[in-house]
Amino acid sequence: MAYGSERIVSGLGRTACAIAAMLLSAVAVAQAAPTKALSDRDCLSCHNLRASAKLQARPVSVYVNAEIFQPSVHSALGCVSCHSDIHAFPHPESVRPVSCAGCHPNQTSAFAGSVHAIAEREKKQRFPACLDCHGNPHGMRAKNDPKSRVYPLNLPRTCGSCHGNPELAKKYGFPDVYPLYMDSIHGFALTTDGLLVAATCASCHGAHNILSRKDPKSRTFPENVPATCGGCHAGVQADYLAGAHGTAMIAGRANAPVCTNCHTAHQIAQVGIVTWQVKTVATCGNCHKQRLHSYRDTFHGQVTELGFVATARCWSCHGVHLILPASNPKSKVARANLPATCGKCHLGVTASFVSYEPHPNPHDRRQNPALYYSAIFMNLLLLGVFLFFGLHTALWLVRSLIGGAPGPRRPPATSAKKDDGESR
Amino acid sequence: MNSNDSDSYYFRFSLGQRYLHGLVIVTFLGLAATGMTLRFSERGWAKQMAEITGGFTAVLSLHKLCAVLITAGFLYHIGEVVFRAMIKKERGLFWGPNSMTPQPKDAVDLFKMLRWFFWMGPQPQFDHFAYWEKFDYWAVFWGMAIIGATGYMMWFGPFFARLVPGYVLNIALLIHGEEALLAVWFIFIIHFFNSHFRPEKFPLDPVIFTGRLTAGEYQHERPLDYSRLGKSGALEMLRADPPPRWLKNFSGLIAVVSVGIGFFLLVLTLIAFWSK
Repeated sequence: MAYGSERIVSGLGRTACAIAAMLLSAVAVAQAAPTKALSDRDCLSCHNLRASAKLQARPVSVYVNAEIFQPSVHSALGCVSCHSDIHAFPHPESVRPVSCAGCHPNQTSAFAGSVHAIAEREKKQRFPACLDCHGNPHGMRAKNDPKSRVYPLNLPRTCGSCHGNPELAKKYGFPDVYPLYMDSIHGFALTTDGLLVAATCASCHGAHNILSRKDPKSRTFPENVPATCGGCHAGVQADYLAGAHGTAMIAGRANAPVCTNCHTAHQIAQVGIVTWQVKTVATCGNCHKQRLHSYRDTFHGQVTELGFVATARCWSCHGVHLILPASNPKSKVARANLPATCGKCHLGVTASFVSYEPHPNPHDRRQNPALYYSAIFMNLLLLGVFLFFGLHTALWLVRSLIGGAPGPRRPPATSAKKDDGESR
Repeated sequence: MNSNDSDSYYFRFSLGQRYLHGLVIVTFLGLAATGMTLRFSERGWAKQMAEITGGFTAVLSLHKLCAVLITAGFLYHIGEVVFRAMIKKERGLFWGPNSMTPQPKDAVDLFKMLRWFFWMGPQPQFDHFAYWEKFDYWAVFWGMAIIGATGYMMWFGPFFARLVPGYVLNIALLIHGEEALLAVWFIFIIHFFNSHFRPEKFPLDPVIFTGRLTAGEYQHERPLDYSRLGKSGALEMLRADPPPRWLKNFSGLIAVVSVGIGFFLLVLTLIAFWSK
């Protein structure tokens, strides 16, 4: 069968095509055509021989394991469906490489625009193509086959063969993300819980059309991230978009946080873990610096620093994804809602109690004059006491050590000696 | 004054006063260690202290336990003063040479002491309590009242917020923390020096632990008190046996442990404060 005719065959029709090809070759044999038609058995009679010296001497292995090939997704097609330039047995020394595009045009064209293909074109080096991810073409399985290299449970390991290699990561400047992913809640869902719904690499990055996160069309471009995560976390996406962060993102505000700014891209932790809960306070503080600083000066903040999380942290009061400014009456920190918000932890909360300032700034006279002047008074008190007694102590020490007239009333020599003995 | 007299011992502090000082040492160190762990919670040592203690909840429980104990001591002391003044009708409790009340003589003594520092005159003659001892006493008294009051306000926040606005709790924490820093540094620098480390006393004045001092010490340190007691004959009432060896050793042990913990906290808090 000619290579050109194979190219137009759609993916769905490829099995039918293969059967037709086999029938045609049988007919060809019967008609005793000038080129001998080939069966898979003909091919394997050479290519299944691992020990053949002639085959082993070649730079590329041409060994095909019949036992692996037989259950593979392509076996029904027959060898010459893909190796379409081979018409006779034995075939010429030089044969054309197989193109996947013939049967998989959508995937190959999507791949052609991906980071992997762009890198290959730009760096003039070999970068991952079809077989690097899909594996041995003679043993390839369908993506929903647990033995497939791109089966969800196997995909991270496949991507990780490069993206978990620190040397490659350094050489090509991509982050070494595999270990981060494996320690993430998505990784645990995949490896520990064995969930097919767990997000794998392709869930966020796409499969063939993987684009750089700097590309506005990329699924991981910041403004597209909420939609990407929202593919699974639809409820969270809705809350986020309604909240202050989502509103700012939609308005095109630079630095408006998306999912990954708080949750990170790969090392996404389980939110119930204490270290994560302590760390996220600082995460909010990356942008809300002054608010974090003033929070640290409160009992809530001090206690959180010691690893105790059953206290007010950022999202305990402000909410998680549906974060609204205090000016919004629906906000958890709107004045009218404060008794309920504080009351989640504190018993007997009154309207007076919520005048407590969870972000006190003693240097801001307008925020709370009483606090401002208390701070000044305390500073002066400390300064005064230590200035006076520091000087007093220093002078006393010098005077006692150097001595000299007019000096202290010296006790008789004997009792001085006695004193000394008693005090030791 | 013959040599026999200078070898004899006299009581300066009653057993009750020594126990009270002991209670203050233990609870103050406990409060300082747990409190500074909270105040400087961003420091690595604070996190380790909290972890060793058993987490924040253990730290706060110990802080509250020490607070309750020191409050009991504080109230006991006030009760004792009231009892001595009202029931026993003791005189000289609020004024006079045996009183803790600051008096004109204290200002004069301070002035004379400053002159002595600069070789401009003799050291003043002290009575029962020197001015820096009175300052120590009132510093602790004021400190306990302020730190205690603000502490209980925060402990029972919602309750106090019925009486005062909630933002007073912000001020309470500020004052609590600053006053505590003042107390900790004052005790571990000024009090340690004034009472124990100055060359005349170094390394330890055991009088607060043993309760007694020799006639020679008494006469040298507090000549006015000594001669007045001698004239009135009250001195003989205070005569004591020499402190037993175990008591002297015990004093040394308490001093070494307290000073060790104190200096440890002093260094940690000073570094934490200046690098904040």
